[in-house]
Amino acid sequence: MKSLQAKQAITAWKMLSISLILLMLVAAYPLAKTFYFSFTNARLDDLEGATFNGIENYKTLFNDELWWQSVGTTLKFTGISVSIELVLGLAIALALSKDFPFRSFVRAMILIPWAIPTVVSTRIWEWMYNEQYGFINHILLKLHVVDSAMAFLAEPSMQMYSVVLIDVWKTTPFMVLLLLAGLTTISTEVHEAAKVDGATPWQSFWKVTLPLLKPTILVALTFRVLDSLRVFDVFYVLFSNNEKTSTMSIYARTQLIDFQEMGIGSAASVMIFLIIGIFILMQTLFLRKET
Amino acid sequence: MPKLVFKFLFFLFLFFIIVFSGFPFYYAIISSFKVGSEIFEPTLWIGNFDFTNYRALFQQQNFFGVILNSIITATGTVLLSLLAGVTASYALGRLHFRGRTTLLLTILGVSMFPQIAVLSGLYFLIQTLGLFNHWLGLSLSYLIFTLPFTVWTLTSFMKSIPKELEESAVIDGAKPYQIVFKILFPVLVPAVVTTGLLAFIAAWNEFLFALTFTINEKSRTIPVAISMFTGNSEYELPFGILMAANVVVTVPVVLIVLIFQRHIISGISSGAVKG
Repeated sequence: MKSLQAKQAITAWKMLSISLILLMLVAAYPLAKTFYFSFTNARLDDLEGATFNGIENYKTLFNDELWWQSVGTTLKFTGISVSIELVLGLAIALALSKDFPFRSFVRAMILIPWAIPTVVSTRIWEWMYNEQYGFINHILLKLHVVDSAMAFLAEPSMQMYSVVLIDVWKTTPFMVLLLLAGLTTISTEVHEAAKVDGATPWQSFWKVTLPLLKPTILVALTFRVLDSLRVFDVFYVLFSNNEKTSTMSIYARTQLIDFQEMGIGSAASVMIFLIIGIFILMQTLFLRKET
Repeated sequence: MPKLVFKFLFFLFLFFIIVFSGFPFYYAIISSFKVGSEIFEPTLWIGNFDFTNYRALFQQQNFFGVILNSIITATGTVLLSLLAGVTASYALGRLHFRGRTTLLLTILGVSMFPQIAVLSGLYFLIQTLGLFNHWLGLSLSYLIFTLPFTVWTLTSFMKSIPKELEESAVIDGAKPYQIVFKILFPVLVPAVVTTGLLAFIAAWNEFLFALTFTINEKSRTIPVAISMFTGNSEYELPFGILMAANVVVTVPVVLIVLIFQRHIISGISSGAVKG
């Protein structure tokens, strides 16, 4: 019998080999190489000639105000957009969990923002935000909400919220689908029981639905936070590598490619990796405690 | 009475969801048909179907080439991740061996990698392999996010197939590859379609790697080309043509989503329920 097991193991590793080789090649090896570069003085145009320089790059990084500013921008963006997406996503998911005509049509509609490439949707929003000819300014002026056109993308106090709106538009559907999947696992009997006991719909939501949905909410939040922390596309398309609006990922890429500072850029990449790693670790521990 | 009010508010909310989701794309379509000074008037209907912008897009901007690049890259990504994913999921879903769970968790861990964390290492790899400006360089690098998802989803699907299906084949002495591709694959089709579609959309939309690993204009993919879209000067962005480009590249994705709605929703949701 043992030989059968051994045979199965050999087959298993054979079948796994393509995936493992590919993942080694494009994930493990590049990650290790990034760690390595972060301790060297590598420059983009001279990767072979890199020599070890200890924690020099990390020192430079930690003394760079721009890095900390990028961290701040990323955290602020993550906090604001994920909170809005959770509340809005929960509301939409609850609405879509009801039975009504054209339900699948509405569900298909909300998938559209999710499927459109971020670069494309950003450029469409950029056009709608346009100061002179944009649709949003046109409406606001017509309704007399504002007296003069708003510079949504140029005015520093509005930039963040303009980006958040694009992100909310784009990623709330994802939140909705995850929460909807969670909602369908809650049986209707629970709600009926609450109703019999005299609970109002409001009470039923807070005391029954929400606690039961908590695991799904936590998973959805994890996915969204991880995604937000590495945000790149929307900021880059709108503001290119402008320092004032740089996120952690933009900072790292600018160092790597535009400044050719492979060492410092790699150090920034490692820091992003660690920040996200710590977040995942905390989340896992929290989830384990909960269940 | 309050019930009626509630119903009204409910449908008002639904109306808001539809308009909020659909309007930007609709507005892009309208804008793409506006020519000359029409583009500066925010009307909400298409006056006349004027295809000038679309013609300009394909004649001036080499947009055919860009679309072709994206199609090749995305298809390559899908084929690579399915080939690797189907075989791996057979091992992980149907065979017993030591270290299976650890391996599954490690693969899941890879999907949480921030893309930027591997950027400098990948840059070095692609330079070493000489794959700059090549679809294979992009397709390989996209496996970082498509492969873990594909393996994970296909594995849970593999587990759900009854054991009897392959038992007779095993007795007949069929080789593992024959079992996977002749016996299990037909049953696996729905899951293959789902993961394939999601991998295609992910590759079609990817920006960071495409921006970094394509240097010449000829090898750009759609997101890169659209992000670099400019007119004659910085202040003279040809909005009409840009919107035509946005519509052209979005229509296939929207069609995929509408046709395969069920597959895609189940694909996205499976991550949450099992996670």
